[in-house]
Amino acid sequence: MQTFDLEAEGLRALNETLHAQADNTNQTKWEIVNPRGSHAIAVGLDAPIEVNVKGSTGYYCAGMNQQATVNVHGSAGPGVAENMMSGTVVIEGDASQYAGATGHGGTLVIKGNASSRCGISMKGIDIVVHGNIGHMSAFMAQSGNLVVCGDAGDALGDSIYEARLFVRGSVKSLGADCIEKEMRPEHLEILTELLERGDCDAKPEEFKRYGSARTLYNFNIDNAY
Amino acid sequence: MKDNNQDGPPRTTPIQSATFSNPINAEIRRAAATGIYDIRGGGAKRKLPHFDDLLFLGASMSRYPLEGYREKCDTSVTLGTRFAKNPIHLDIPVTIAGMSFGALSGPAKEALGRGATLAGTSTTTGDGGMTQEERGHSNKLVYQYLPSRYGMNPNDLRKADAIEVVVGQGAKPGGGGMLLGQKISDRVAEMRNLPKGIDQRSACRHPDWTGPDDLEIKILELREITGWKVPIYIKVGGARPYFDTTLAVKAGADVVVLDGMQGGTAATQDVFIEHVGQPILACIREAVRALQDLDMHREVQLIVSGGVRTGADVAKCMALGADAVAIGTAALIALGDNDPRWEDEYQKLGTTAGAYDDWHEGQDPAGITTQDPELMARFDPIEGGRRLNNYLKVMTLEAQTIARACGKNHLHNLEPEDLCALTMEAAAMAKIPLAGTDWYPGKPGTSY
Repeated sequence: MQTFDLEAEGLRALNETLHAQADNTNQTKWEIVNPRGSHAIAVGLDAPIEVNVKGSTGYYCAGMNQQATVNVHGSAGPGVAENMMSGTVVIEGDASQYAGATGHGGTLVIKGNASSRCGISMKGIDIVVHGNIGHMSAFMAQSGNLVVCGDAGDALGDSIYEARLFVRGSVKSLGADCIEKEMRPEHLEILTELLERGDCDAKPEEFKRYGSARTLYNFNIDNAY
Repeated sequence: MKDNNQDGPPRTTPIQSATFSNPINAEIRRAAATGIYDIRGGGAKRKLPHFDDLLFLGASMSRYPLEGYREKCDTSVTLGTRFAKNPIHLDIPVTIAGMSFGALSGPAKEALGRGATLAGTSTTTGDGGMTQEERGHSNKLVYQYLPSRYGMNPNDLRKADAIEVVVGQGAKPGGGGMLLGQKISDRVAEMRNLPKGIDQRSACRHPDWTGPDDLEIKILELREITGWKVPIYIKVGGARPYFDTTLAVKAGADVVVLDGMQGGTAATQDVFIEHVGQPILACIREAVRALQDLDMHREVQLIVSGGVRTGADVAKCMALGADAVAIGTAALIALGDNDPRWEDEYQKLGTTAGAYDDWHEGQDPAGITTQDPELMARFDPIEGGRRLNNYLKVMTLEAQTIARACGKNHLHNLEPEDLCALTMEAAAMAKIPLAGTDWYPGKPGTSY
């Protein structure tokens, strides 16, 4: 285990050190102490390493992550795991706005609640939220899966494309072109695997599925909002 | 007005309304028939105060000119000197603006890269990500970071020579983009993570930051991911140039890119293009003033765009305080867009060479703004690159000609004092004295 004191050594040194880890590095486990809400912690990683952040983070923690596993032992500020390509990011506390925004792949697990715009413009990432999510989540969500074990706020899935949304609790309102869809066996299978990956013991049968009505796919003035 | 009619009583001469003109009436009828607004490409087509409304004064008793094409007149520019470890050095101050793969064909992007590289300047990606055609043929490539994040990934980000965070563009400040289903080929769809054939909406605002304070943190993230190596540009439309430039500098920009309403787009609503934003002439001096107020002029470089066509335009932008310009529409015309050789086919599309702007429909006879394999095959990227290089060289020679006539041994030494304005509007917007006077509307210490 390598320990890095962010307060003492600084952000540039941290990211430079983590970027220097190659695919075959022996230094596979890292602990970052004194994060103190700093922004851009562990961004742009591209190696199969495990990074444990001992505290809460500011904006864009684990942004554009590839391969790495990043565990935040606290809460995460806006844009955690934004544009993630692969790997795993786990937030033990809550996540602020834009969690997993535009993510192309990998898994983001939020064990608390997520604020507004969770999964906005997601492009293949899988997001599992143990608690609730805020308004405008999955706005223009293109692909991937968003699992919400609690409730969803207003305008869920506004202008959604092909992403799948699974919500166990209530949905305050659906956004433009987002509808409830039939939960077929293949969806239960996907959801079961996602819940397992997200370390969540909720039952798949308790969820509803939401997705695109596809009325906005080709511009038609009669479907404009 | 009454007129004499030999065959009967005097009659009123028909008068066409200036308000309800034939083009306006035709648009009303089109709207009534279809129920949808007009979508098109390009920039503002209306007549606007522009660089043609400025003139250079040249040398005289108080100015000493340089000899024709012999005495040195430098054209180089370095972009990104504020924070980046590796600023971009260009031989000429004319760059190629962002235009997406998707809006343009792969061979067209290749031609832009070939021509720009021959001329010693940079190209810019656009919405939809980075293609091998463009990266492979562009010695200097600027990677746009757009609200849609189509194709955005850290590997391509690290291949870029600069990153341009696009907040807005001149054709549609405050608007998103469209790429209609006709142009969504398998390859375009795959790069954008969306089904083939559907209309693709490019978002009007970024998904993970709002406002300049957030943008400052976003730029920190981008710098950390790229090791603080490459310059970061911020591109804004010509809306509130003084404040937008001030905030871009505050957010940490190395370079500000300012695009006036004549700047083109691949597709948006005509009403947006013609009625939102300001002409570039009105924007440059305000942006320069912001940089000067912050003591950042020349420290943060300014690239301007929107209707730059000639070396004279380039020289005027330099004289107004810009460090470089960007061209989009002009580059496409150099490649062969709207060429009269395709007139028969333009006629079949209900238009004419020079007026064709339905780039979003993917039927471009010149094979440039299309994904149709048969149309694309008409376009030769090597010849296109040669033509673009020629055009860039001519622009540079023209700008040097003017600079030498004003006694300047570098294009950046051109200054507002080298100019006069032909119209009150241009004088007011560019803060350049009206020809024959030492005055412009709004000049400090004067009244009007």
